[in-house]
Amino acid sequence: MEQKTALYDRHVACGGKIVSFAGYLLPVQYSGVIAEHMAVRTKAGLFDVSHMGEVVFEGPDALANISYLLANDFANLAIGRVRYSPMCNISGGVVDDLIVYRTGETCYYVVVNAANRHKDVAWIQQHLFGDVQFTDISDQVAQIALQGPESEAILRKVAEEPCIPKKYYSFVDMGLVAGIICMVSRTGYTGESGFELYCRPEDAATLWDVLMDAGKDNGLIPCGLGARDTLRLEAAMPLYGHEMDEDISPLEAGLDFGVKMNKLDFIGKSGIAKRLPLTRKRVGLKVTGRGIVREECPVYLAEKEIGKTTSGTHCPYLGYPVAMALVSAAHIEPGTQVEVEVRGRKVAAEIVELPFYKKA
Amino acid sequence: MAKVLEGLLYTKTHEWIKMLDEETVEIGLTDYAQSELGDLVFVNLPQVGDEAVTGESIADVESVKAVSDIYSPVSGRVSEVNEDLLDAPEIINEDAYAAWMFRVENVTEKGDWMDAAAYEQYLAEEA
Repeated sequence: MEQKTALYDRHVACGGKIVSFAGYLLPVQYSGVIAEHMAVRTKAGLFDVSHMGEVVFEGPDALANISYLLANDFANLAIGRVRYSPMCNISGGVVDDLIVYRTGETCYYVVVNAANRHKDVAWIQQHLFGDVQFTDISDQVAQIALQGPESEAILRKVAEEPCIPKKYYSFVDMGLVAGIICMVSRTGYTGESGFELYCRPEDAATLWDVLMDAGKDNGLIPCGLGARDTLRLEAAMPLYGHEMDEDISPLEAGLDFGVKMNKLDFIGKSGIAKRLPLTRKRVGLKVTGRGIVREECPVYLAEKEIGKTTSGTHCPYLGYPVAMALVSAAHIEPGTQVEVEVRGRKVAAEIVELPFYKKA
Repeated sequence: MAKVLEGLLYTKTHEWIKMLDEETVEIGLTDYAQSELGDLVFVNLPQVGDEAVTGESIADVESVKAVSDIYSPVSGRVSEVNEDLLDAPEIINEDAYAAWMFRVENVTEKGDWMDAAAYEQYLAEEA
């Protein structure tokens, strides 16, 4: 039985096409995936991301636990800053990717993928040690993402200066947006400038209305899961279950920045080390032939299969289809001409540098 | 509410058929179909000369999210395809009934078709 987020009625009222996703009923689109994608790239879009999971580590051993569970280094994460990390399994594959907010001296607020929330909670509980309290607060948190070049201008209409985080991957813990208490973070999954706002579920609908109203002269429109996917793909941001999973190591997925092999032991460290040198790596593909390439398509170099795509779609802003693929490490050079098999046909593509799109 | 045009015939899989004469038909997707599919970004049309077989996939359309097969409502020979759709598949979203996809001549077998009223009824019940 799927759950509704606190914003379900808003989605229906805005004309959202509701689908089931990660156990929740969410809008895949309102006015259309392309219009929504373009709005985020040129003006602003509003997303309900309340389905994401939130967990908290608190106590003298909170940092030690996070450091052990996650591949990135958190010893130097200051209060008010955010950091991305993969969470690995023993063999060096990925359990989930997540972001960590340091909210206090010994307090860390971690946001996980909706689809993995229960798995992550069970995994974490299995590995906790020492003096730490771990709570799953997902059901007490709603989240709205405001993304696009106009997002700061919009937020400024309803939030005072001190409530607006300045630097990317920083946040304001108890900010006020039109009188609603929110954690306001300068993060996002679109490749554009923007914010993610965390609030109580009972305040979510009001916050949504406030933002929609504040943004109406800036071109703000509601955006669904369809645009969320095309935006992140265009920006070459990985999606769990596609670019990485329990069998793919974070280094194979190109998440080197999130893995600190020189820190003290963490779960998966030896597993990742055993897979070096890498035999396969994530690459970007620009489709040069006719066709849309999606996930699970075999990639060929001169008749030999060198890997498979992990995600793919038509990019509304760039105007051509792209894909990400996990291919043999011997063939990752940008400029390499390959063919991708799509429903029995071979479509020409070229390996390109990532990201496909970078904001100006 | 999805538009349904008088004078056309309709299939359960949301294709429309225009009888150009006794043995020639023109085929496209209904307004309901384009609305369900969302923004179309790619169309794969048959080649002129291809054989059309009733009930078999003859073309496909891709929206940003997914691929959808188009099933031929007739058996015959593909006589023309609408090349405009290749570069601008969004024409189907803009005006589904003006965006014909392909024409079939020497039509032999015809499938189970509905008239406009029956299709409207079908949409009300099934959709």
